[in-house]
Amino acid sequence: MKHLLSTRDLDRATAISILDVALDMAALGTRDVKKLPALRGKTIVNLFYEDSTRTRISFEAAEKRLSADVINFSAKGSSVSKGESLKDTAQTLDAMGIDAVVVRHSSSGAPHLLAHSGWLDVPIVNAGDGTHEHPTQALLDAFTLRESMFDDDARGKGLDGLNIVIVGDILHSRVARSNIWLLATLGANVTVVAPPTLTPPGIETWPVRLSHSLDDALEAAPDAVMMLRIQSERMKAAFFPNAREYAKFWGLTAARYRKLGESTIIMHPGPMNRGLEISGEAADSPQSVILKQVTNGVFVRMAVLFTVLTGAKGDVHE
Amino acid sequence: MYMSNEILITGANIMGEATADILVRDGVITAVGAKLEAPEARIIDAKGLIALPGLVDLHTHLREPGFEQSETVLTGSRAAAAGGFTTVFAMANTSPVADNAGVVEQVKRLGDEAGYVTVRPIGAVTVGLAGETLADLGSMATSRAQVSVFSDDGKCVHDSLLMRRAMEYVKTFGGVIAQHAQDPRLTIDAQMNEGEVSSRLGLNGWPAVAEESIIARDVLLAEHIGSRLHICHLSTAGSVEIIRWAKARGIAVTVEVTPHHLLLTDDLAENYDARFKVNPPLRTAADVQALRAAVADGTIDIVATDHAPHPHDTKDCEWDQASFGMVGLESALPIVNTTLVSTGLLSWSDVARVMSQAPAQIGSLEGNRALTVGEVADIVLFDPSTSREWSTDDVVSRSKNTPFSGITLAGSVVHTIRHGYLTVTDGLLVDEKVVAEAGGFRG
Repeated sequence: MKHLLSTRDLDRATAISILDVALDMAALGTRDVKKLPALRGKTIVNLFYEDSTRTRISFEAAEKRLSADVINFSAKGSSVSKGESLKDTAQTLDAMGIDAVVVRHSSSGAPHLLAHSGWLDVPIVNAGDGTHEHPTQALLDAFTLRESMFDDDARGKGLDGLNIVIVGDILHSRVARSNIWLLATLGANVTVVAPPTLTPPGIETWPVRLSHSLDDALEAAPDAVMMLRIQSERMKAAFFPNAREYAKFWGLTAARYRKLGESTIIMHPGPMNRGLEISGEAADSPQSVILKQVTNGVFVRMAVLFTVLTGAKGDVHE
Repeated sequence: MYMSNEILITGANIMGEATADILVRDGVITAVGAKLEAPEARIIDAKGLIALPGLVDLHTHLREPGFEQSETVLTGSRAAAAGGFTTVFAMANTSPVADNAGVVEQVKRLGDEAGYVTVRPIGAVTVGLAGETLADLGSMATSRAQVSVFSDDGKCVHDSLLMRRAMEYVKTFGGVIAQHAQDPRLTIDAQMNEGEVSSRLGLNGWPAVAEESIIARDVLLAEHIGSRLHICHLSTAGSVEIIRWAKARGIAVTVEVTPHHLLLTDDLAENYDARFKVNPPLRTAADVQALRAAVADGTIDIVATDHAPHPHDTKDCEWDQASFGMVGLESALPIVNTTLVSTGLLSWSDVARVMSQAPAQIGSLEGNRALTVGEVADIVLFDPSTSREWSTDDVVSRSKNTPFSGITLAGSVVHTIRHGYLTVTDGLLVDEKVVAEAGGFRG
């Protein structure tokens, strides 16, 4: 795997191998000295064209634990705001001799362009592009699901037969897309719950079951329910009437949470709109793995960077 | 160059119907028949070549004035001649906008000076293409540019009342409104055809209904006020159905389709290669089939290129930052040959109709474009037997944003004759000075 651009083109073996490497990374995380020299001497650029404190910090933590040199490049503090093209930025980074680029961009496909336009020849890791994909989020979600379901027996396993419900703005969500492809590849059954306005055209060709009733979907006692962040600008564009109505029909309210069986875990990619798509009671409940997702994010990103930069297929021996 | 004003084309296959010689003198076809003799004439051996009346493009962006880094009237005229065109209608979205007599007269003059094709400026419908107040429609019509087609192309005349008034008003001088059918509210920040591919790629969708709803509205308006209406670059199967219905009712609507909508599909966006970004967007394979069938059965009247040159940098970037549009003059006839003639959907006389006679009629040009005695000698000689992988080397436009690179296209333009003089010979453009002089001589 040279790049990680999407989960759609990730085969099952590669996906499981990344999750297994992440297990090794997690094991390191329990030691006193958490740092591994695996990427010593490698320079990784975090090229962030879009604000994202959480994802950037998670990548930065992953890079530093692997002993890489880290350069943070955010659009606001760079020549991008003066109108430098992606191509020029890419060629500039190439000329500086960097070893990998982690890119977040508001334009769908920007990581694909970096990987395939010949502007630079280093591994590209997609940290979220437009409304396209966010593959490391999906991998950390899969890791968290595996951990929750199989505990110490997770290694080598997929997510076969698990029932996962994804709720919210599927149309604009790169997290949803990456999760749908990866969960399908790993054998899970995915149900998508969204208002028709936020359902992507052509979803009937995707490997999911579509429902417009959150109550029906939760009634089936899924193994996990994944709530997506809803952005307030969607309201202005008439995708739904108002926040109150969104919460009532599509939110994991306290009432819905209380009816949920204990075996259903609650996930959210963050940052949460408490009281909108998820109630505080659900977010802070024992079933919530939201903070575990954050913890695992570092391990999974370590595994991804390790894999693309060393070409390793699963071993992390020092 | 030859001193003679005569060209003798020998053994041409005239619109696929009969083999004959064509004698051209002083800009006019003077004889058509077997074994013609003209000792002074320049001889063109047209054995195996299809002779068609010079092509007429009702939808070209020449970009001048204002966007000369993309194209000029001269460079666009050369691209047109290379594609077998002898007349192009130049769209109004220049800077300044062609919304007054001054700009359209300037564009016409530049075309006359270049001499490769007849350049007929299209006038804007509304001032500055802003969709708010009518442009100087009458002044443009009665100017030296003789504007007969009006369009805000690139933007839709979306205000129903303004569209009605424009269609009514241009009846004064026999003009027609060419509508870019796109509901702006349904296509906010739209990037590509709305469907499974756009959803997967995370690109905002441009739904078919945004085109179809405007076409439906406008054919009803045209019927209500008894006006002509022309629809630019129709792109969906649903639009074809609406036009079929409108024509059956006797509504005076004409329709164009572009070569790229006859060949390419929306899945080409998969690699985020912005050469495939165009407005209206590439649609599905089912739409492509419906469009081809609609040309074959006459529901679609003409093929027009929507030749839209853009500098490399505005295509070599993120998809949502890239410009809409693709060049198409040079490749139009090979694509029509590949998609419609080779497939048995059109005869060569049909090609003459959809690429020359019908667009001329919609644009109120003089002449019959029939390759008969007395007609102006606008002729293209096309070799349908060749086949090549298209590349940017085949593009003579100032901009190279062709989406057809790597696609095998059948046939090539060998000679183009405009007003009795060669603009392209043996597949090569004739020198600028020679053409300008010939054009000045014969006007």
